[in-house]
Amino acid sequence: MPVEQNEFRSAARHDLHSGGAIAILSGRPLLPNSGIPLNLDWVREVRVNTSAVERRAQSQVARRTVKKEWQAAWLLRAITCMDLTTLSGDDTDERVRRLCAKARHPIQQEIERQLGIEELQIKVAAVCVYHAFVETALQALEGSGVHVAAVSTGFPAGLSPLAERVNEIRRSVEAGAHEIDVVITRAHVFGGRWQALYDEVAAFKQACGSKPMKVILGTGDLMTLRNVARASVVAMMAGADFIKTSTGKEPRNATLPVGLVMIRAIREYAQETGMAVGFKPAGGIRTAKQSIDWLAMIKEELGLSWVRAEMFRFGASGLLGDIERQLEHHATGRYSAEYRHPMA
Amino acid sequence: MSIAKKFVSMEYGPAPEDSKEATTWLDRHGYRFQHFIGGGWQAPAAGEYFDTVDPSNGEKLASVAQGSAADVDAAVKAARAASSGWLALSPHARARYLYAIARLVQKHSRLLAVLETMDNGKPIRESRDIDIPLVARHFYHHAGWAQLLKQEFPEYVPCGVVGQIIPWNFPLLMLAWKIAPALATGNSVVLKPAEFTPLTALAFAEICQEAGVPAGVVNIVTGDGATGEALVKHPDVDKIAFTGPTEVGRAIRAATATSHKRLSLELGGKSPFIVFEDADLDSTVEGLVDGIWFNQGQVCCAGSRLLMQESIAEALIAKVQDRMSTLRIGAPLDKAIDIGAIVAKVQLDRIHKLVDQGVADGATCWQPQVTLPSRGFYYPPTLLSNVHPTSVVAQQEIFGPVLAAMTFRTPAEAVELANNTVYGLAVCVWSESINVALHVAAQLKAGVVWVNCTNLFDASCGFGGYRESGYGREGGREGLLEYLELAWFKSAPMLPAAKTLAPLEAKLEEDSGAPGSTPAIDRTVKLYIGGKQTRPDSGYSIEVRATDGRLLGEAPLGNRKDIRNAVEAARKAASWAKATAHNRAQVLYYSAENLSQRRDEIAHRLAAVVGEKQAAAEVDLSIERIFSYAAWADKFDGAVHNPPFRNVAIAMNEAIGTVGVICPREAPLLGFLSLVMPALAVGDTVIAVPSEAYPLITGDLYQLFDTSDLPGGALNIVSGYTSQLLKTLAEHDDVDAIWCFGDEASAAAAKAMSVGNLKQVWTNEGRAIDWFNPQLAEGRWFLEHATQVKNIWVPYGE
Repeated sequence: MPVEQNEFRSAARHDLHSGGAIAILSGRPLLPNSGIPLNLDWVREVRVNTSAVERRAQSQVARRTVKKEWQAAWLLRAITCMDLTTLSGDDTDERVRRLCAKARHPIQQEIERQLGIEELQIKVAAVCVYHAFVETALQALEGSGVHVAAVSTGFPAGLSPLAERVNEIRRSVEAGAHEIDVVITRAHVFGGRWQALYDEVAAFKQACGSKPMKVILGTGDLMTLRNVARASVVAMMAGADFIKTSTGKEPRNATLPVGLVMIRAIREYAQETGMAVGFKPAGGIRTAKQSIDWLAMIKEELGLSWVRAEMFRFGASGLLGDIERQLEHHATGRYSAEYRHPMA
Repeated sequence: MSIAKKFVSMEYGPAPEDSKEATTWLDRHGYRFQHFIGGGWQAPAAGEYFDTVDPSNGEKLASVAQGSAADVDAAVKAARAASSGWLALSPHARARYLYAIARLVQKHSRLLAVLETMDNGKPIRESRDIDIPLVARHFYHHAGWAQLLKQEFPEYVPCGVVGQIIPWNFPLLMLAWKIAPALATGNSVVLKPAEFTPLTALAFAEICQEAGVPAGVVNIVTGDGATGEALVKHPDVDKIAFTGPTEVGRAIRAATATSHKRLSLELGGKSPFIVFEDADLDSTVEGLVDGIWFNQGQVCCAGSRLLMQESIAEALIAKVQDRMSTLRIGAPLDKAIDIGAIVAKVQLDRIHKLVDQGVADGATCWQPQVTLPSRGFYYPPTLLSNVHPTSVVAQQEIFGPVLAAMTFRTPAEAVELANNTVYGLAVCVWSESINVALHVAAQLKAGVVWVNCTNLFDASCGFGGYRESGYGREGGREGLLEYLELAWFKSAPMLPAAKTLAPLEAKLEEDSGAPGSTPAIDRTVKLYIGGKQTRPDSGYSIEVRATDGRLLGEAPLGNRKDIRNAVEAARKAASWAKATAHNRAQVLYYSAENLSQRRDEIAHRLAAVVGEKQAAAEVDLSIERIFSYAAWADKFDGAVHNPPFRNVAIAMNEAIGTVGVICPREAPLLGFLSLVMPALAVGDTVIAVPSEAYPLITGDLYQLFDTSDLPGGALNIVSGYTSQLLKTLAEHDDVDAIWCFGDEASAAAAKAMSVGNLKQVWTNEGRAIDWFNPQLAEGRWFLEHATQVKNIWVPYGE
């Protein structure tokens, strides 16, 4: 049996509640992110070697795996870190209600019983919808503890006038959304207009008030890992609670190399400032295996205190279905079929 | 523990790779293996067996035949018997066999991976994802070379029977590196796997059977060092290829000195890992993981010496320590393990001893909180900081998961520290500036430079070292040449044993000119050192006589001090290598021009020793030869390889450095220039000992080069008793290569005396070379020996 030597990180989680800490990095308690003044030297000194990052992402996947009950446990954890998402032009109230019902009960009771996990009361972290459906979702999820996240700020392009984007946030907050997912102006990154990017995100943050803000970088648009790293740093300086890869509408979604770069930026920010920022990969994560790869990467790079819904989310719509099938396989020993699980 | 508890703890849990198939395989063989000789299993003549052990738990896996000299002899005989039939096959037929082997390695990949991990202790992830895929890749690549052999190497023949001895750190991969090129070039082989890790080689023997490789083409003899020694000393082996410790390489060089065995050595290293302040530090840390914490650090090219720019040292060390804390050490068959078991107790003890010594030398030792498994041989990942170049852990190969860290201030100092070692295998350079990375890469004394990456290997790229890391390359075109011989050279006649001049034989005779004539003005020939004509340290001269016994003059009698001075001058003239190839060509052309102007006088003087006809031919051909190498100077290009990664892998032909050349007796001018010119053309600096028969040629030569703008020290000429000067040159630790073109005895002497710094040795094996035939006596063969290949890997991408 392998020796699990670094579980002191999990032990450290017990310290989380002391002094308002929300995460631990190498034994150091970290506070929620309140932002710092824009530090352009830091932004300019960012170094990312694309080939080396790709290599690490590739080897990371081969270096870690979980089997049997451990795998089932990890998949359950993945569900609890999920922002179950519907962001389509054809969304309707009824469609959103259906999604919310699934969010409350992501796994069939029979499977829960077979796995012996009823006490965990597994549910997803949040449902992620357009502003128009915030109210519907809130009603559907009442009393469940599942959050409602609203995408905002001219999602997905983020190119409407700034005042309108800020107002959009305010409206969602007033409507009762628990979390706000905002998108940045990618052009600021291409142009190196870091002050403009910083001001934009800071304005979003102000509008969010106490609601956690997830800042979508649009990594599929940013193209280079260096851009991703710089945008990550600026978004965190401006007060992001989470940084998020993609809208799901870009040509390329959340990839492990992109994720690795953002995670490393989060780690460096935590080391420099003592503040913790969460991470949300979104788009393209469809299989149970992928979800475990992401969780393992977070555990390796940031430690266990990040492997919780408070610090980590998957933005996904199709992932849950595959995880359910794997869990049923775990419970019955037989491979499962998609149609056997209630759809969202 | 319930799923609910695991949901909270988020541990990895065990992920064991099933060893059932491997155990079944061992069981099928009754846990006992004989030698694989002549296509079948053969019991050891002496009936002795030894145990091979799983280092992760110390349990016996199987007993394996202990090879004796008789077993080695049987295997060599089988290989010799198979040799002509194997060579008679078409290259295409050999390609088919290699292709079949590659396919079979893939078909049995998991069995091979599991077996490797059980026998060696390396994590299954590595054997499964790195070792075995590279084995298959190596056979595929060389199946291609087998196919192309006739077109690409038309003038070559195989060495014949090749003895190969491989280490335990990458058992099957090292076998592939050895056997694939040997078979592709038409050799038959006797391979001795390492004592600790024989199993995959025996599984490979079965693959050969399955592929239908003709009996005797591949023979596997298992055993310990004594078995290897028997193979090295076997008189009917034509070439020895060895990978392992430098000390053993030295012993093999000495043991094969008096034979004509070709030799390639891939030896130890203390490879630097240089990190500049503009590196991507997080990626750099992963590079270290792939470097020193790959295969438990039991890698000859492991980046074991971390050189950090002072400005980022503290930050980097913190990152390294954080990362070390997440390395998982444990049962190597677990799929989620980073560090497995050390191969054997003796190796584990050695690591303990060296680390203790490093700490005693003043190093600070840091290890993460880890619990080692209670059974088996494990060593935790270890960081030694505050290490200084004087410390034993900065100089000696530890061959364990131990990183020794120190700092530098400037790129120049990084190069200096990196090159401050007797080894020269591999270097990693981490910097986001292509200017810094490539500038440093060019100055490093190492066969492989990885820019922003670590431990990348591929069959298409030569791997091998500078200095005491050995000679010869494995992989790529340069690797094939190690298993090929020029057909004409292999069948060239032997030179008669030379009556070497020695002090006692020198006769002191008066030789007055014809009575009554006006005496000629005395011509004093001196040595040529550092661009100056200098008197010999000894103050003595030796007489030089014509064929008819007439005294032609007196040549200076150089001694060890003159050689010492000449080597110093040659070392100082290193700027010759940095001159542009165009510039070197200009100097060479100019010397040809000057030689043509003095054609008649030089030929006239030379005629007294070699006759008028030869003298004229020598001078004319010399002019042509110089032209040839002036032409070559800017045309002996390297290559850009195509490994299956997104990167540029540049194979550069680099000057070896300082080359000592013992010139042939028989063609005093042409022989001298045939050897010295290719060396100068590629940027080597040379200490040449001219023909013992006519050392007076020195006087003509230095006048030639003095007037041709050759920088002082690039060429130094020391005449004297060849056997004495050879000894000093071959033993000199600051000479990078010794070329000896005399009789068989001097070739053997050159090899035997080169072991001190394992300088590269090139001799004619005592064979006669027709210096007057440009087809044979000039060109690539000479240039290849004047250079060594450095492979620089530069991944790219934004």
